[in-house]
Amino acid sequence: MRHANTIAAVAVAIGLAGVVVGCVTTPSDAETSAKAAAVLKASFKPRGQAGLDRLDQDETQKLCSEYAGKPLPKDVAAGIEKANLATIRWPADGKLMGDWKAGEKIAQEGRGMQYSDDPKLPAGANCYACHQLSPRELSFGTIGPSLYQFGKTRGYTDETRKYVYGKVFNAEGYSACTNMPRFGYKGILTEQQIRDVVALLMDPDSPVNK
Amino acid sequence: MSARRSPLPCALLVAVLAAPAAFGQGSTVDEIAKYRAALQDGNPAELWEARGESLWKTPRGPKNVSLEKCDLGRGPGVVKGAYAELPRYFADGGRVMDLETRLVYCMVTLQGYTEADAKKNPFGAGNERKSDMEALVAYVTSESRGVTMNVALNTPQEQEAYRLGEKIFYFRGGTHDFACATCHSGDDKRIRLQDLPNLAGADGARKAYTTWPAYRVSQGELRSFQWRLNDCFRQQRFPELVFTSDASIALTMFLAHNANGAPFDAPAIKR
Repeated sequence: MRHANTIAAVAVAIGLAGVVVGCVTTPSDAETSAKAAAVLKASFKPRGQAGLDRLDQDETQKLCSEYAGKPLPKDVAAGIEKANLATIRWPADGKLMGDWKAGEKIAQEGRGMQYSDDPKLPAGANCYACHQLSPRELSFGTIGPSLYQFGKTRGYTDETRKYVYGKVFNAEGYSACTNMPRFGYKGILTEQQIRDVVALLMDPDSPVNK
Repeated sequence: MSARRSPLPCALLVAVLAAPAAFGQGSTVDEIAKYRAALQDGNPAELWEARGESLWKTPRGPKNVSLEKCDLGRGPGVVKGAYAELPRYFADGGRVMDLETRLVYCMVTLQGYTEADAKKNPFGAGNERKSDMEALVAYVTSESRGVTMNVALNTPQEQEAYRLGEKIFYFRGGTHDFACATCHSGDDKRIRLQDLPNLAGADGARKAYTTWPAYRVSQGELRSFQWRLNDCFRQQRFPELVFTSDASIALTMFLAHNANGAPFDAPAIKR
């Protein structure tokens, strides 16, 4: 609850910053954005687990849409990162690493959150869609950087483990307007699933680090 | 001397450096390219084109007339080259329309179908259910093969559709914060092994837009551009895109106009 209030307050601040920044662009651009949002709302229908509320943008989505293809002002970026960093729920027991084998399955799984998916099944993270991880998997995408030997090259430290957990939970806290989904904040992955993904990257026995 | 000696060690060095990042990639991508080339030999899309031509010319609907008087923008009955200029603003309907929207309009006004009937089966389901709409799309688009894309922004309505389409392209939402741009605004990117066209620039839009509709081998279906957008939004974790909705037309306008100057080359065949 406290997290929700924090992000709301920071989001309002970002929103105000956005209005100030908006003054330098043409009013018609803001009007076009507002109209596009309304047109979208009228152009979709709820299906399965995907309701129309998915078209309601939060402040991060709104700002990242607005600045897409343009340079993101530093203060806007800092505001987005601060607000999102504040949403990260760290495991109460302090345990950040799970089982890399479970993490590999989560990294391979593309199902989850589409209207065609069974909402009763756990969602995957589909890491391989965008990243190289284990060298055994040749079918990997290139939207994100290669994460091969992630832990090995960065060192198996508490600091790096914490970074990975936080980044998977809410990547916008570290890199404003990144393409990476906010897996924890948006409820795509559970705490245990995130731990397992951390292990895939940070366990010395994981194939990622071989 | 050293110039003669250098190629082999250099090639080895490249291979070693590339190994962690691209082990086996070359051969996999090569095999996919061969598979795609083999597919070009015969395109089952022709079956949809022929069925669509027959549907276009056959008297149908409550008024029992054909679509041969349908004005796709180049005058009543002119099919040749019409798709390469769509979407466009139609004064009679008071709206910017893409091909599917215009076909619905003609089925309602000329043939007497209700709008609901005209829209009820937009996408086929393999052998279980054929879509007349996708067949009509196959026929009309085939009549623009080789025609240079020339989508105009002459009217305020067309200009607004383009601007809205651009905003929709960059609109991030849903559980995963995805926009069209998330996957389609970088050069030489892939999801898994699937190449992603950069649709934010003219080069990528030209290459991609001109190869839809396409016969999808994996689905045994001819897929229209409306279907392509519909399935992209599903993977974007959005709700379902409504067939011929304003957002679908605006986004099509954005992409089609960006493809201007390229020869239209569809129905194509894809994996």
